[in-house]
Amino acid sequence: MIRAENIFKNFGDQVVLNGIDFLFEAGKTNLVIGKSGSGKTVLLKILVGLFKPTSGSVWYDDIDLVTANKTSLRKLRMQVGMLFQGNALFDSMTIEENIRFPLDMFTHMTLKEKTDQVNFCLERVSLSGVNKKFPSEISGGMQKRVGIARAIVLNPKYLFCDEPNSGLDPQTSITIDELISDITKDNNITTIINTHDMNSVMEIGENICLLEKGKLAWKGSKDEVLQDKNEVLHDFIFASPFLQKLIENSK
Amino acid sequence: MNLQLFYHFGNYILWLGQIFKKPENHGMYYKETIRQMYDIGIGSLPIVFLISIFIGAVTAVQFYYQMAGTLIPPYYIGYIVRDMTIIELAPTITCLVLAGKVGSNMAAELGGMRQKEHIDAMEIMGVNTSAYLVLPKIIASLLMVPILVCAAALIGILGSYIASVPVGLFTSAEFIKGVRSFCALQCIYDVGQSSHLRIYPHKCFMLSGLFCKRGKYRVGRGQHKSSSV
Repeated sequence: MIRAENIFKNFGDQVVLNGIDFLFEAGKTNLVIGKSGSGKTVLLKILVGLFKPTSGSVWYDDIDLVTANKTSLRKLRMQVGMLFQGNALFDSMTIEENIRFPLDMFTHMTLKEKTDQVNFCLERVSLSGVNKKFPSEISGGMQKRVGIARAIVLNPKYLFCDEPNSGLDPQTSITIDELISDITKDNNITTIINTHDMNSVMEIGENICLLEKGKLAWKGSKDEVLQDKNEVLHDFIFASPFLQKLIENSK
Repeated sequence: MNLQLFYHFGNYILWLGQIFKKPENHGMYYKETIRQMYDIGIGSLPIVFLISIFIGAVTAVQFYYQMAGTLIPPYYIGYIVRDMTIIELAPTITCLVLAGKVGSNMAAELGGMRQKEHIDAMEIMGVNTSAYLVLPKIIASLLMVPILVCAAALIGILGSYIASVPVGLFTSAEFIKGVRSFCALQCIYDVGQSSHLRIYPHKCFMLSGLFCKRGKYRVGRGQHKSSSV
């Protein structure tokens, strides 16, 4: 469980996050949605510790990330996996070396144990047999899956995904969403996904927070999304002309 | 302006503190150091070879023409070439060229990693990026550059021999006599000067790469700024 408590973030005079309070639950896919510039990425970077909030706290169970000492911070880092928008795979390393990197750096496993763990993760994301390829030799969807495999190789308790569907076709997006959702359920991890893809919201949004101009505009689950009368939520979801036409036709 | 200077100096000191922290995994740092040594050492050998051979050749030929018709014995040219190459030209020119070539490689590599979020990814994993990405490069530079400078001095002297003896400017025996008036201290000076010249430009390049802002233009500007420093 991760709890954001009264998070404020300013860049100079510009207020980017304005008092965000939200509970990201364990074993659920928690979605942060909102328009571009609403503060989603800044919130995610604060949650993983890449940015410090101007004020407020980020609680990982009972540890406050903002005030944690270096030892607990280091332990915490070992329990965090992240999938980046651009995958952030090291292009000079093979897929196997990419996934093995956290194991090489932080564990004292033998090479065989590490290779087994890498193969297990690759099988988990349905990508067996690409160990010796380089990131540039595989497709964007496969790169996302390798990114997920690297994020879960240390069996993290917390998984962060920054726009996991960006640049992917709808079918591959659904596969990635389902994969993240399955991993979350199977390992009972706290997953936070930053997205503006409505398919993801309707597929895997178990706990959703909508940001608007740095404020929490709405929270709920995918089942409540269509019923709720919140104006900001309505504007965000039905922004697409295609959906609007569908609604008009159904009426 | 002055306050900016203090700000950057303070950041530099804090960054140095980060670099020399205990590594997370000595094996990984060792591997990275070896990779960097290969890149810096073997990767720079062709350019060092090319520059040194011409420096030596030009020095020998120019001195021969300047001293032609004087009472100075011809073997002095070997002596002058040796001293000029070892004391000044090999360390200075090699370090300048390497600072440009290897330094901008480093700035571009680190800047590219910052852009593609590789550094963020490592930080989230818990890697001390300042140490893992910079310390191996510093160690590799400190070890490889003196070796390259010694190679440059040797190649320079060889270049002067090739440019002067076969074309008959003076005899091989005269050249070797001049070169063999040996003083060990000069070599130590050579290696010392190269290490000294080497470390500061490289740190500037790495600092500019590691902390460059996102955007290819910014990476380029970072490189340009550091090369000017």
